[in-house]
Amino acid sequence: MRWDWIITYLPDFIDGLIITVQLLTMSIVIGMTFAIPIGLVQVTGPRWLGKIAQGFCTVVRGTPLLIQLWLLYYGVGTLFPSIPGIRESFMWPYLRDAFPYALLAFSISVAGYEGEVMRGAFKSVPKGELEAARAFGMGRFTLLRRIWLPRAFQNVLPTLAGEFVLTLKSTPLAATITVFDVYGVGTMVRSETYRIYEPLLFIAGIYIVLTGIIVVFFRWLENRVPRAV
Amino acid sequence: MFDLFPNLQLLSFGEGGWGPSLLRGLLSTVQIAIGAYILGLAIGLAGALGKLHGGSVTKTLLEIYTTLVRAVPELVLILLLYYAGTAALNQVLEAFGYDPVDISGLIAGIVVLGVVQGAYSTEVIRGAIRAIPRGQIEAAQAYGMPPMTLLTRITIPAMIPFAMPGLANLWLIVMKDTALLAVVGFTELATTTRQAAGSTRSYLMFYVAAACLYLALTLISNVAFRALEKRSRRGQPELS
Repeated sequence: MRWDWIITYLPDFIDGLIITVQLLTMSIVIGMTFAIPIGLVQVTGPRWLGKIAQGFCTVVRGTPLLIQLWLLYYGVGTLFPSIPGIRESFMWPYLRDAFPYALLAFSISVAGYEGEVMRGAFKSVPKGELEAARAFGMGRFTLLRRIWLPRAFQNVLPTLAGEFVLTLKSTPLAATITVFDVYGVGTMVRSETYRIYEPLLFIAGIYIVLTGIIVVFFRWLENRVPRAV
Repeated sequence: MFDLFPNLQLLSFGEGGWGPSLLRGLLSTVQIAIGAYILGLAIGLAGALGKLHGGSVTKTLLEIYTTLVRAVPELVLILLLYYAGTAALNQVLEAFGYDPVDISGLIAGIVVLGVVQGAYSTEVIRGAIRAIPRGQIEAAQAYGMPPMTLLTRITIPAMIPFAMPGLANLWLIVMKDTALLAVVGFTELATTTRQAAGSTRSYLMFYVAAACLYLALTLISNVAFRALEKRSRRGQPELS
């Protein structure tokens, strides 16, 4: 085993780490923003909107993320150049880069998986609490903001921690569409140094540390929210 | 507007169509998934028993195994296990005086994904075994049932209803994880799709087609597992 390449490639790994963390946090934030309404409409209705949300979750959860990623990048991405005038538009630099496609794919994935989790979460809040809030004359959005959403999150924090670890573990897929995340840098190092195992073990270590950070962060968060009675 | 799917004939089974190749890819995907799932279940059962009844060394080793596998991305694990696994096997073969072998993609894929699945199965099965009411095991022991009979007659049948939802989930995961093997170049559905898309330049159509095939597998599996779960719960009170 030789590890002397680490010093040479450390700056690259730090750049990769930044990309990985960006991809992870941004897709979680964007994905959760959509996951909440996706979960909510499946509980409250209207029925047709709930069905659409359910269909979305089934399709996202029923197909491999790798295929979704390639479908967006190679499939949809190759259509754009054929649209006249798009090369001159302000959107072009973004449409040409791989990162936005990865971000879109991961956000959709988070929205689909966590939409399902949030559906269960909203359903698990006892009816009596919502009725009590309504009896106080609370408006629908105040009820959502003050009662329903916090209670739902309280129930699923441990599940979400596990789900976000899974999201982290799927971020290396972005390297297959030329995003230089930690895994992508690792692959580059492997081909440049001809070391097979060491870079892989090194990035495995990085992911273990990142997983540990997510787990510890959520444990801290769980301890901060009051226990459900 | 432009035509989204200019050449649907490319999906056909006739001359110049990629239909047969895609179906062959689908078949090897299903083969790898089933093999890895069964291997994962075997590792999972052994791992769960080791975690529940093993000595402290066994327990620690299993804890390390499940923690590491669940914290490292599948893609990294697949590469590590694939290269390390084939190198180790060939070293062993050489030490015994055999010629090094080229491991077939199918076997390698099954073993690699099976080891990953095993970690998740261990946790699911361990939880399910712990959910069995103590009294049932004690009753069997009181009858003087030997440990192996106890395992096959009481523990496994009684654990299955508890494990079913988790195991169904694991099947869906392993089916989708087979797509990752495309990165190391195994021939399965994702690789075939990539080749087809690359050589015909109809990227969107082929990826949509592949997504539909995976989705069909998932939907069929959902129906099958719902029936299995119902069957495994027969004679038990309904869960609310």
